[in-house]
Amino acid sequence: MNIHEYQAKQLLAQYGVAVPPGDVCSTPEEAQAIAEKLFAKGEKLVVVKSQIHAGGRGKGTFKSGFQGGVKLCKTAADVHEKAKAMLGQVLVTKQTGPEGRLVSKLLVAAAPVIRKELYLAVLLDRATSRPLMMVSTEGGVDIEEVAAKTPEKIIKESIDPAVGMMPYQGRKLAVALGLQGDLIAQGAKLLQGVYKTWWECDAAMVEINPLCIIDGPDGKPGILAVDAKIGLDDNALYRHKNIQEMRDLAEEAPLEIEASKFNLNYIKLDGNIACLVNGAGLAMATMDIIQHFGGSPANFLDVGGGASKEQVTAAFKIILSDPHVKGILVNIFGGIMDCNVIATGIVAAVRETGLKLPLVVRLEGNNVQAGKKTLSESGLTITSGDSMSDAAQKVVKAVGKS
Amino acid sequence: MSILITPQTKILVQGITGSFGARHTQLSLAYGTQVVAGVTPGKGGQRFENQVPIFDTVAEAARQTGATVSAIFVPPPFAGDAILEAVDAGLELAVCITEGIPVNDMVKVKQAMQGKKTRLIGPNCPGVVTPGTGKDSHGGCRIGIAPGYIHKKGNIGVVSRSGTLTYEAVWQLTCRGVGQSTCIGIGGDPVNGTSHLDVIKMFNDDPETKGIIMIGEIGGSAEEEAAEWIKQNCRKPVAGFIAGATAPPGRRMGHAGAIVSGGKGTAAAKIQAFKEAGIGVAPTPSEMADTLLRMM
Repeated sequence: MNIHEYQAKQLLAQYGVAVPPGDVCSTPEEAQAIAEKLFAKGEKLVVVKSQIHAGGRGKGTFKSGFQGGVKLCKTAADVHEKAKAMLGQVLVTKQTGPEGRLVSKLLVAAAPVIRKELYLAVLLDRATSRPLMMVSTEGGVDIEEVAAKTPEKIIKESIDPAVGMMPYQGRKLAVALGLQGDLIAQGAKLLQGVYKTWWECDAAMVEINPLCIIDGPDGKPGILAVDAKIGLDDNALYRHKNIQEMRDLAEEAPLEIEASKFNLNYIKLDGNIACLVNGAGLAMATMDIIQHFGGSPANFLDVGGGASKEQVTAAFKIILSDPHVKGILVNIFGGIMDCNVIATGIVAAVRETGLKLPLVVRLEGNNVQAGKKTLSESGLTITSGDSMSDAAQKVVKAVGKS
Repeated sequence: MSILITPQTKILVQGITGSFGARHTQLSLAYGTQVVAGVTPGKGGQRFENQVPIFDTVAEAARQTGATVSAIFVPPPFAGDAILEAVDAGLELAVCITEGIPVNDMVKVKQAMQGKKTRLIGPNCPGVVTPGTGKDSHGGCRIGIAPGYIHKKGNIGVVSRSGTLTYEAVWQLTCRGVGQSTCIGIGGDPVNGTSHLDVIKMFNDDPETKGIIMIGEIGGSAEEEAAEWIKQNCRKPVAGFIAGATAPPGRRMGHAGAIVSGGKGTAAAKIQAFKEAGIGVAPTPSEMADTLLRMM
């Protein structure tokens, strides 16, 4: 699960990570009120940031024509104006795709004078099965590009999960980031807070880009998490009620939400051949084989190991809600699962949905003969595939013709 | 010899009275597997299906029955604890079937297992099968949730992260009259016990295994590591397939570990590593068995 920037900063702040003062809002009036308070405290500049689960907001364009999903303002009246232009509008960035995302919340925060932009992330290092903290002096830019062009500028520190991140590790990275004097202790504390957020919230990834050295209110330099992105481990959400409440359904694809209600794992893709498969590996392989034979998969759909008739029907309805779908491939290896149960489900689903599109079914495994008989005696136009490759070729051909 | 388990291996089941654990214990017993004990805290002294004794702890079950391997069907919040209980009891092998364990729980478990004798397979895996010599491979050792009857005793080792894709490969072999030494699903999570490489090394050392099918998927770099080792050291033909060439970056494809992130873990990079290591790459998942058989 992903969360918004303002939510990520709330979590980080709970673990002692310094973030710019500010608040979230959903009307221009609220935005203005937050800005007035910030200016009253002596802030010179305030930033208004669109809250969507996608990057590239600053360089994005609203469908209204308004440029930029992140704006700097010198007055509260300007904040009101900018908020009005952004709220309720659809923002298109390089990460949202052409459909863009509706902006319904803004983060209004202090925008201190930035001296240097750094990069910081915590993630799982799969090669060692340990947490890894990554920092770089090259902040505020695309880190993947830094990793590709100047890998020596990315500094990694492996963390022993039994003891957590030690203070010396924070100091070591702070020094590597070029921090000096009092900033070393301040930076080390911030890094440890970010690690703690990652570990205690069961995050999959915490990324602070940029992490900034700023001019503090007292004229001394300070260090702040100016942007923040957190992705969470879905498997651990059950033990974080507060984080569950941060889920924003508006940011998720409606068909994927519908699928999750039936314990179906569905991901929409751009193609026109839908697939319904049991098992994640086989589902990926089915998408691959469709493409291999010149077709284009419309989705990933794993019905799991014990698919019921209801699940199969729900899966068909979800698949058919995608208007691009021109054909369906069902690929089931019913090792333990009874193929006849699946076949009965398919027949019921085809009848219930009044399916008109070409349907190719490949069944294999337990009680497969009974399953094939159910399909052939149904009187429905269902094409049978003998193997994955046979079924994939048949569906690609059928869609090509239609 | 097979690897890890033989038809004589005595196994215990943690979570034997849960619906999932119970169902698959029945199937393993029907396959002829030596399931000698179950563990469910609080139900010690009872019997599963009037047959298999149930104990309160793994240590007690192992001591009284001589079980050396555990199949773990415990729900995700308690599975990490169950794995470490099997480790503490000094079992040789723990096979964790449970799907949905928090990643950080596995990070801790893996750290705690360092230097211990127990090997872990999984979690989020179909398990391990060493086929038997009877009809439909009856009499073998089946740990986990794989269908027993699709196997056939023979000389091909199969290792995969995915369940149904493993069955697909096994079935292709069996349909061509080619049997398997041992089939292992290492699981689709980002942190797991035994890697592709660990299994490949065991197959390489096993005189009964004459060829290997290795099935990978997007995410991580375990396939690349195995390929590098195979290039230098493997004496047996290896064929493989990588699932997920069509998966969009940044999306988790069902398995928690199946995600291309930061440009890492792509199918293209893995296929390239396979080719450079002399591993036969099946162009489609329908040709996994044929690709290997052509090399043998």
